[in-house]
Amino acid sequence: MANDVLVYIEFKDGKPTKAGLQALGAGANLAKSLGGSAIALVAGNGLDAEAATLGAYGAAKTLLASGDAFAQYSPDAVAKLISNQAQATSAVAVLASATSAGKDFLPRAAAISKAGLASDIVDLRAEGGKPVAVRPVYAGKARVSVQASGTLFASLRPNVFPTPAQGGGNTPVTPVTVAFGLADLRALVSEIVAGAAGKLDVAEAEIVCSGGRGMKDPATDGKQNWANLEKLAQTVGAAVGASRAVVDAGWRPHAEQVGQTGKTVSPKLYIACGISGAIQHLAGMSGSKVIVAINKDPQAPIFKIADYGIVGDVAEVIPALTDAFAHALR
Amino acid sequence: MNIIVCVRRAPKTDARIKAGPDGKNYDPAGVEYDISEYDKFAIEAGLLLKEKLGGKVTAISVGPKDVSRDLRNVIAMGADAATLLVSDAAHDPWATASALAAKIKALGFDIVFCGQTSVDSQSAQTAPILAELLGVPCATVATGLEVADNKATVQREIDGGKREKYVLKLPAVISCQKGLNKPRSASMKGIMNAKKAVIEEIPANAPANLVNVLKMDMPPPRPAGKIVGEGPDAAKKLVELLRNEAKVI
Ligand SMILES: Cc1cc2nc3c(=O)[nH]c(=O)nc-3n(C[C@H](O)[C@H](O)[C@H](O)COP(=O)(O)OP(=O)(O)OC[C@H]3O[C@@H](n4cnc5c(N)ncnc54)[C@H](O)[C@@H]3O)c2cc1C
Repeated sequence: MANDVLVYIEFKDGKPTKAGLQALGAGANLAKSLGGSAIALVAGNGLDAEAATLGAYGAAKTLLASGDAFAQYSPDAVAKLISNQAQATSAVAVLASATSAGKDFLPRAAAISKAGLASDIVDLRAEGGKPVAVRPVYAGKARVSVQASGTLFASLRPNVFPTPAQGGGNTPVTPVTVAFGLADLRALVSEIVAGAAGKLDVAEAEIVCSGGRGMKDPATDGKQNWANLEKLAQTVGAAVGASRAVVDAGWRPHAEQVGQTGKTVSPKLYIACGISGAIQHLAGMSGSKVIVAINKDPQAPIFKIADYGIVGDVAEVIPALTDAFAHALR
Repeated sequence: MNIIVCVRRAPKTDARIKAGPDGKNYDPAGVEYDISEYDKFAIEAGLLLKEKLGGKVTAISVGPKDVSRDLRNVIAMGADAATLLVSDAAHDPWATASALAAKIKALGFDIVFCGQTSVDSQSAQTAPILAELLGVPCATVATGLEVADNKATVQREIDGGKREKYVLKLPAVISCQKGLNKPRSASMKGIMNAKKAVIEEIPANAPANLVNVLKMDMPPPRPAGKIVGEGPDAAKKLVELLRNEAKVI
């Protein structure tokens, strides 16, 4: 139906991802204000039972694509599937999460559908019977509200939209067939090169603990500081982030860099340790719900945007903070 | 090897951005520009590939007339030719990619490099849309690349620091991420070459935008924060505030 919203939901280890549920929740809200319903779209094998549970998060029905084309991730397979189903459902909006996969397949899907895509959106609403998306630009220094000429495709930034509460029953799961197989795909993953197993990504974590140059060189006098930061992150279930200064110095991998030329993060809690707060860093994290800064310089610009600050040496404050968290979370 | 690198000019990352008088685009007053950070990795990827396999590197940009200056810099770095698809309009990724695709088709190509995203619009769409329009395979956010036997083996960053490996048959489009290489600066010889180079300037053949901006505004300012205290003794109080006041833990 022309007021329905199609939401592609990523699964990981046989379960819907949190970012995927957030997209579904946002899609259900949008559909409601447009007088339509949310249709969940899932791809993968052996997901029938889990796909049905999406009803509890706002899906009116679930479409499930399986087969050899979806046995492993291929951006082309997912893009073709989404584009096909966008047409088949006549959806007014097509949503997915702005994860690394979402950013990979959704532009292709939109291109196949010749539809406009709003990347990494932070708000979604109906205005005059049409979906309007809001997205940060210039790394959050400004934002634009956008509308599409036809169907609006949008990728939703993780952790910005609430994870819907579970309620209600299962949905019917309708299998969808695709007219392509493995041989028709242009790009296929040939191998996954593992990073540290199960490592939380900064862009998706609910809490991020970032270190900057004030943490010092992990190869020498900063060794203990970084071990302390890892421990803090572990204690609160956070991902470790970094400023560009420490990434450029080779102290941390680029995948952890937060900022205009790194990742943009919107966790509920961002703890900046030994980070001065350069405009390019702020650009990547000022959308966080609560910002904590630890810096020995009371004049550091990071304190201007932090909700809470501690003036002090990271070497002393981080372990004390870890203890305090451990105590509070016990 | 017919190597194409797509280059976008963007406000420098330390630019202060505010909405302009039309309320839809930023106010260009006082804004300085540079080639978007990630495009520098694309340029370097093109130059390295030419050094290895031979061929020609052509830089292409969609933008206003003065972007020819930036393209001249790309020639100074080592590109052989450059085309500016002239346009003053604020194109969306679809329109930009369409204009690029038309020119790239006309030029012919074995491999196209783009930045993985732009530092201004941050849409991360141009490369994958371009690949669809050209009908060729695409890998995005590449941090590793090897080209041999008409194939590109690409490593791309995925969530949590893991990497996926793709083998793409050429021709292909690849979007480049930091870590792929270390962009060079212009050489003396390059600068001399760039002086006499002719930058092709033709009107951009771009379709209408599919995404239309209704308004641009600034994110709400963050409420003033507070210094909880000094040194490790403040840690306990901070955690209390996070729990009882901010309610995030
Ligand atoms: C094109 C471009 C893109 C960029 N993109 C990014 C980006 O994406 N992300 C990013 O982060 N940066 C980016 N930058 C870099 C940015 O301008 C800053 O240089 C960088 O963020 C600084 O990192 P830092 O805060 O760790 O280091 P510094 O600015 O050196 O700050 C270190 C801080 O640590 C404090 N400190 C020192 N010792 C201690 C201690 N013992 N205990 C507590 N505090 C201590 C100091 O007071 C200081 O405030 C970019 C720059 C450019 C030009």
